[in-house]
Amino acid sequence: MYTAKPLPEVNLPPLRVVGKPLRRVDALGKTTGALVYAGDFSMPNMLHAKVFRSTQASARIRRLDVSRARALEGVVCVLTADDLPDAKLVTDMPGQTGQKQRKGSDAPVLAADRVRFAGEPIALVAAETLEQAERALELIEVEYEPLPGVFDPLEAMKPGAPVVYEPDNIVARWKIRKGDVEAGFAVADEIVENTFRVPFVDHAYLEPEAGVAWVDGRGVINIRVCTQVVEHFRSIARAVGVPHNKIHVQGTMLGGGFGGKEDITVEIFLALLAKHTRRPVKLVYTREESIQAHSKRHPFIITHRTGVKRNGRITAAEITMVSDAGAYPYLSPYVLLYATIASTGPYRVDNLKVDSVSVATNNPFTSAFRGFGAAQAAVAYEQQMDEIAKRLGLDRLEVRRVNYLKTGDRNTTGQVIRSAAWLEETATRVLEALGEKSEPPNEHVRIGQGFASYWQSYGRITWFHDTSRAWVGLELDGSAVIRCGVPDLGAGQVNSLCQITAEVLGVPLEEITIYSTDSALTPLAGTSTATRQLYMSGNAVYMAASNVRRVLLDRASKYFEEEPENLDLADGKVFVKSDPENALPLAELAGMCAADGLPLSNLALFRAPFTAKLDPENLRGDVFPDFTFGAHGVEVAVDTETGEVTLLKSVACHDVGRAINRAAVVGQIQGGSAQGIGYALMEEVQVKEGIIQTPSLSEYLIPTALDLPITQAFVLESGTGMGPFGAKGIGEPSLTPAAPAVANAVADALGVRIHSLPLTPEKVLAAVRGASEPESGEN
Amino acid sequence: MQVKAITLKVNGRTHYVALPPNVTLLRALRDLGYTDVKSGCEKGDCGACAVLLDGQAVNSCLVLAWQAEGAEIITNSGLGTMEHPHPIQEAFADTGAAQCGYCTPGMIISAKALLDRNPHPTVDEIREAIAGNLCRCTGYGQIIEAIQRASAMMGQ
Ligand code: FES
Ligand code: FES
Repeated sequence: MYTAKPLPEVNLPPLRVVGKPLRRVDALGKTTGALVYAGDFSMPNMLHAKVFRSTQASARIRRLDVSRARALEGVVCVLTADDLPDAKLVTDMPGQTGQKQRKGSDAPVLAADRVRFAGEPIALVAAETLEQAERALELIEVEYEPLPGVFDPLEAMKPGAPVVYEPDNIVARWKIRKGDVEAGFAVADEIVENTFRVPFVDHAYLEPEAGVAWVDGRGVINIRVCTQVVEHFRSIARAVGVPHNKIHVQGTMLGGGFGGKEDITVEIFLALLAKHTRRPVKLVYTREESIQAHSKRHPFIITHRTGVKRNGRITAAEITMVSDAGAYPYLSPYVLLYATIASTGPYRVDNLKVDSVSVATNNPFTSAFRGFGAAQAAVAYEQQMDEIAKRLGLDRLEVRRVNYLKTGDRNTTGQVIRSAAWLEETATRVLEALGEKSEPPNEHVRIGQGFASYWQSYGRITWFHDTSRAWVGLELDGSAVIRCGVPDLGAGQVNSLCQITAEVLGVPLEEITIYSTDSALTPLAGTSTATRQLYMSGNAVYMAASNVRRVLLDRASKYFEEEPENLDLADGKVFVKSDPENALPLAELAGMCAADGLPLSNLALFRAPFTAKLDPENLRGDVFPDFTFGAHGVEVAVDTETGEVTLLKSVACHDVGRAINRAAVVGQIQGGSAQGIGYALMEEVQVKEGIIQTPSLSEYLIPTALDLPITQAFVLESGTGMGPFGAKGIGEPSLTPAAPAVANAVADALGVRIHSLPLTPEKVLAAVRGASEPESGEN
Repeated sequence: MQVKAITLKVNGRTHYVALPPNVTLLRALRDLGYTDVKSGCEKGDCGACAVLLDGQAVNSCLVLAWQAEGAEIITNSGLGTMEHPHPIQEAFADTGAAQCGYCTPGMIISAKALLDRNPHPTVDEIREAIAGNLCRCTGYGQIIEAIQRASAMMGQ
């Protein structure tokens, strides 16, 4: 059995508010139903919109006739590509400015003469009632001429394959060439090769995409919408043909995002209809439309060929990755980049060759999903580590231990790991907590345990030159206000900013109000993606609050006749550290500052480290600000008669740098684990010839309360992250190790490995029977 | 389609509405402004639209508004307010059970129906009671904890 490796000594400064599992500032509004979501908002004189979509995966539109729909009573507006000659949807680098867009990264807003996936928008309808809009869709006539489509990325790369869009089906390629791979394999005692596959996955946030748009008295198009990226206002402006400052995105709290609301969803449709009708317009997707309309997690085919010494040390690795980009590129190049860099796992591999490619098909388009390529990479590298252990007859921890990255090591691209890399610390805690295997209840059931280590970046690719802004101010009654454009996906983004401000200014958490997620009225904070908000906007808020704190302490120093460093702020007061009774309410201090004309607010800008763009032919250099490390372990019971896999135990351990709100961190870990377990066992958007076969939540199954044990979460704090107070990011990382841990546990139970997710009862039964599963990569 | 004038009693208020027979209770309630009743699928798959109908938790997307005529309908916002939250609402807030919060109103309705008939449920009974309520954010751990905490608070 395993014992937890003792943690290195860390001396984190004691904090009063940060780290506490306080009730989040957004909690009661949500639990009492007071919070208004994007689809809950209505306006007088409002129209209802619907989108007419392609039923074909690859076809020419021979004829499109909307005249009967236009003539229907109550229909106010029908738009087709003819009405929008220049409307292009920007799919590259959401929210980013100052960087050139990739060539060919645009998609049409509405298909003109050609559809490339089933679900592609063709026409927009706005009507007086939702029923009329629905009825109008039925009256739109379209004639398709089917064109040969391509539905498999491997087929799509072959010469002569149908080209989804010009010039060819290659959306992106990345390469890593490091050390001497030949020499590395030459000195290997064993070479282990496996191919792993992962499927399309849907985000399945509970809140389908929704929004309301209207044109105001200034001619500004306002869009109230659930989005992870309010900076899309620029792309919306471009698509609609108005200046940037005529689009105002008022983001709402999201009913979940997970990457699926990172790309533009309803925004452009709403803006166009509002502009054309001059009336407020509402558009809410049904669940079926949501599943059809938004991106999916990329399916990947990943092959690892690893040379190892008898002691487990990796001498060389050759990794290939193929991802299915679907019908339009969206973020496929970047998802592939993350996967490429994460491909080795958190292990030192000095002789490395990675070739990755993302390929266009006529499948649903793929883009961001919590984990962003690193999750797919982990499914492969952690199963490969178990296969190496098995081949060498080594313990699964041992084979990892001799290869784990350490602080100061260089990673796949040669970037030095600067923060703590608590890989053994997290893995041993997980293994210790899993303990002895449970006894199987009967002879049909086999018990297995598995774990996975991982690494994952937080913060955006550094050549994007990422920034965030925040404004913090103290009110004259001692309460505080934050203005920050951060979208809150439900993960606690805005609450973290409030807890940081409470810590710095000594204002009680309940006395802080945050205004967020507005493209015009709150300072732009960048996207809620890439596990970047705590790091980026947390730092921006920390800077702004610290600047206000300095003003307050300077003024208080005159009042108390004490040096500022002898003073502190807490519980709504400024006080002398050596004599806390000697205190003054913040309201009075704020009054003194106001009387002296001192600034009680500050707008701060935080910049991530900037680097130059790397050479795609050989990625070398820094790509990410930093990495989070951790592990997940599970115990499963596999019923060999039904093929069913039941989770008995689930344990996760992550070094989060510093927890800002402990309950929120545990919530992220448990929720991420649930999505990872769903990924491993049940989730797959089945696609046949480009058509989704799992069109609703009756067919696309996600874990229910009956499917999951409560994940036991160990939260470690190295204090070495680049976020405020040494925080790292945990939003995406929490998902990443769960799926490979489950896969390893199932393989442990069965004694054979199933090389493709999800591990459905059919595949498990086939493995039990020893039947060769289709596309098995075992050699 | 034929329209009928019906009475809907929601959170103690009485509404007179004229509706065709095919309008679901979910859509009727949301049109009346009870937007705390969430729509996640309109097919009975997610539980986000749960309300109490004469004390029973039902998915309001599977009930026609006509069928709810005269019944006592309670939505989550009828249980408490931000100033005076219901103990279940308070427990959900305190345990971190509401992340994005979209599943929360339906989840709390299921919890309320459970605790009304079984004030001290086991973890397995809680799991059963919320099995029809999907949550994509939490992994259910903090929700189960919230219901246990509410049960303890209400038992005092
Ligand atoms: S909206 Fe009623 S169950 Fe999903
Ligand atoms: S809290 Fe987001 S779906 Fe449950």
